[in-house]
Amino acid sequence: MKNYFKPAVFLLSLWPIYIITYQLIYNKLGPEPVDRIINHFGEWTLIFVLLTLSMTPLKKITNSLEWIKFRRMLGLFAFFYASVHMLSYVGLDYRFDFEPLIDDVLKKKFIFIGFSAWLLLIPLAITSSDKMVRILKKNWKKLHRLVYVISIFGVLHFIWLSKTIFFKPLIFLIILIILLLFRINLKKFNLS
Amino acid sequence: MKKFKYSEITSEKIYNKRRSFIKSMGYGLSALTFSSVPLINAKANNLNEPTSYKDITTYNNFYEFGTGKGDPHRRAKNFTTRPWTVKIEGEVEKSIELPIEEILDIKSEERILKLRCVEGWSMVIPWLGFSLSELLNKVQIKSNAKFVEFETVYNPEEMVGQRYPVLNWPYIEGLRLDEAMHPLTTVVTGLYGKSLPNQNGAPLRIFIPWKYGFKSAKSIVKIRLTKNMPNTAWKNASPREYGFYSNVNPEVDHPRWSQATERVIGESILAPRIKTLMFNGYGDEVAHLYSGMDLKKNY
Repeated sequence: MKNYFKPAVFLLSLWPIYIITYQLIYNKLGPEPVDRIINHFGEWTLIFVLLTLSMTPLKKITNSLEWIKFRRMLGLFAFFYASVHMLSYVGLDYRFDFEPLIDDVLKKKFIFIGFSAWLLLIPLAITSSDKMVRILKKNWKKLHRLVYVISIFGVLHFIWLSKTIFFKPLIFLIILIILLLFRINLKKFNLS
Repeated sequence: MKKFKYSEITSEKIYNKRRSFIKSMGYGLSALTFSSVPLINAKANNLNEPTSYKDITTYNNFYEFGTGKGDPHRRAKNFTTRPWTVKIEGEVEKSIELPIEEILDIKSEERILKLRCVEGWSMVIPWLGFSLSELLNKVQIKSNAKFVEFETVYNPEEMVGQRYPVLNWPYIEGLRLDEAMHPLTTVVTGLYGKSLPNQNGAPLRIFIPWKYGFKSAKSIVKIRLTKNMPNTAWKNASPREYGFYSNVNPEVDHPRWSQATERVIGESILAPRIKTLMFNGYGDEVAHLYSGMDLKKNY
């Protein structure tokens, strides 16, 4: 792998930040800026979760190990954007007013599942270093299978918060199903 | 049947705040004043100001043109609104079909009213319009008519959203007859002193300020008087989420959005949410329509 690949992917992964900064400076966030920011980072979180899940299938398809080298970075970006997404909801929208927030988490299933997905991302982010891979050994792989649960939670979060599934939530759902089907096929493939 | 006073329905604190606000505005409650928006947030004093024309005309829920808020503005530009007729039919002595020109000849007045969307945001819109009752008085309504149904035009050629099964097209909305006859129930013909932009429901829409925005059907071609409660579009799509009444009610939460507070469109990124008022602040005018009803059940 060329040694400028990783920094390039890193800078590209900051794209959502460039966009929102531009829109903030030039006052282009639209009539509902807070909503816009929350949705923006929410969507990018899902995109990064799906990108992370795409690396293994791409490895198989292209017969190249290169993809796996980006997986950790993409996963950490997913966690980063999920955190910004959640913080903008907690801080910008509810101004850290925890009473209605707790109410939301408990009463609204889309917030409950979204919050759960974020919580589940934490152990994955913490154990993402090479050192942790070595310490956890086989358990690392088991633990990181949580990403399947997280991805399902994330897409459900999007579906449930949308008034209708058309069209963005549906697109995310279809891509997720394809990526998850890859896993099933791969396993069958390995068994035979 | 027990009669509720409005003060019993809403919380006392809000009620009192609101009363003092109304008093400070210096107009009587008996005189229905259309050019006033009953808002109470003490901190924000610019809330009586209408939302900008740009926001009102670029931030729309009008699923016939797509589910994105900017879709209607982009896609409704060439929507055909002439020729246009509105049929008034159903439980009436004689159905009529009115050309839009005839309806627009009815004298419109400016009505600055607040729109509260079920998604938890609000706008203040200087509509042009007149009471629906003026239109309904053009027909003889039979005594067995209990509801009024509004039907949006079905035109998938131009309304690209109607090509997909997002909702059961055409869009149907409805009111109880007494709600429809209430003077605040407005036939909208324009906004900001201009004719109604396509994305806001041209050439003719309805606006019911004390109900969530989706109750206010756009681009209406049929008004039907019925015996039975209309099978309205969103109730049809998800009855648990959207009731027939859908009165703005901070105490009844939507499974997705909290209805206790709302975000004011056009405010800065740092502006706080404001408290949502019972009946969107129009309780003194409309609460009597629901006396004796359990509004938690009849959401």
